[in-house]
Amino acid sequence: MAGTITFEPEDRYNAFLTHGKNVSHGSGKLAGVAVAIKDNITTKDIETTCASKILKGYVPPYDAHVIGLLKAEGAAIVGKTNMDEFGMGSSTENSAFGPTLNPCDTSRVPGGSSGGSAAAVAAGMVRMALGSDTGGSIRCPASFCGIVGLKPSYGRVSRYGLIAYSNSLEQIGPLGKTTTDVSTLMSVIAGYDRHDTTSQNKPYNHTPDAKIKGLKIGIPQEYFGKGVDPQVGDVVKRAIGRLEELGATTVPCSIPSMEYALAAYYVTCTCEASSNLARFDGVRYGPAPDTKKPWHDAYTEVRSAAFGTEVRRRIMLGTFALSSGYYGKYYAKAQVARANVRADFNRIFKDVDVIAGPTMPTVAFRLKEKSDPLSMYLADILTVPANLAGIPAISVPCGKSEGMPVGLQIMGRMFEDERIVDVAYAYEQAVS
Amino acid sequence: MVTENDVQHIADLADVGIGGEELGTFTHQFNAILEYFDILDRVEGSGEVTRDLYNILREDEVEPSLSQEEVLRNAPATEDGFIKAPRVM
Repeated sequence: MAGTITFEPEDRYNAFLTHGKNVSHGSGKLAGVAVAIKDNITTKDIETTCASKILKGYVPPYDAHVIGLLKAEGAAIVGKTNMDEFGMGSSTENSAFGPTLNPCDTSRVPGGSSGGSAAAVAAGMVRMALGSDTGGSIRCPASFCGIVGLKPSYGRVSRYGLIAYSNSLEQIGPLGKTTTDVSTLMSVIAGYDRHDTTSQNKPYNHTPDAKIKGLKIGIPQEYFGKGVDPQVGDVVKRAIGRLEELGATTVPCSIPSMEYALAAYYVTCTCEASSNLARFDGVRYGPAPDTKKPWHDAYTEVRSAAFGTEVRRRIMLGTFALSSGYYGKYYAKAQVARANVRADFNRIFKDVDVIAGPTMPTVAFRLKEKSDPLSMYLADILTVPANLAGIPAISVPCGKSEGMPVGLQIMGRMFEDERIVDVAYAYEQAVS
Repeated sequence: MVTENDVQHIADLADVGIGGEELGTFTHQFNAILEYFDILDRVEGSGEVTRDLYNILREDEVEPSLSQEEVLRNAPATEDGFIKAPRVM
């Protein structure tokens, strides 16, 4: 039934950048369900900033494809959530509007870049939320906040209206407290859209099924090796043990391309970002450039004042990596590396149905703990492979370490999102 | 190794600006990140990646679109239905 819901959250974690109070909704599968939207997803008549000063005050004249789908199923779009500026970060500290705090421990980050969406769900302010995942930005905060998050197969969810950061890697995806909620939200947002040239006609009509007897799970040694907190590894190993008790078998495997996957990821995403973010110059939206000045000067003034440090750093890294004389060393090599990552997954998936390991190498770190950019980048080591390969991956809470949530990551074959949802659901049912 | 001059040049190319203490910090961080990227030297092969991917293009058909008013709504400076931009010449 169509109607209006009252939304007055006590936002102690700075999860929302904008929210409504009396929010109307239609009827359908999500009638009256409060859904929060990451602020890089375009919402008609609702300010959309990507947590950047350069889009402060920008009110889109159209809806992203996924927003239209949510509205058609009756969802109440209650607000826009905080994030790392343009999705660039793994902690939601890189927001121009202050960091989001982790509801499990407010001295820690919620993960990122969809930290606001994850915190809003974890704190019970909304039942479900949309995020986007370029190199782990849904799975990382899901893991750190103790909720479920799915990065769909590349192409299953339309990116029309997602403000682009790195087109070849990013997907919009659902976050929720339970796998069932995540699956329901996925069923609403997946499907073909002619406005996204990478869209695939692969709708998702699935009800989670906990029967995993006979499932073969690959356990990559790299996911329990150097750089991964042994205590986190132990929690995840116990969770995989539960899956074995349910009738799954495990097979050791290896992803040798993990050695350079993170470098390939950062070269690719910064190159794409340097091109994508060229559009922010204050002319069509954003802070006004001085039209009396020569254009380089005018744009530099706007962009140096309104982009945050990490955004400028990534634009510069991408500009450098694409510049004459360096293209072959960085971008071209990164694309070969990316093909190798894909080949590694294809080889492993000939023998196993899914691959499991930790989502993140550690539990949520403390605010300001990772002030060095490279140390922050290294936190993405276990999530970027799925983006490079385009395959689906889900994070489901599987216990605690140091009193903080740990996420079990399950990766699947291309377009087998349903299967990884089933595995997550089976685990969730076994422990609840 | 990139120098402060290199970083200044990249900042100029990208129109993002840099200056003062930031130049030294950025140069230092840039070098640490680029050193990490050097691991890509171990990847064999050049840029010719064969992919089983192809472009999907559609006909460019005229459809109802946003009104001029909606398109101009977010522009900070407009004149006679146009968007004002800095001079290029």
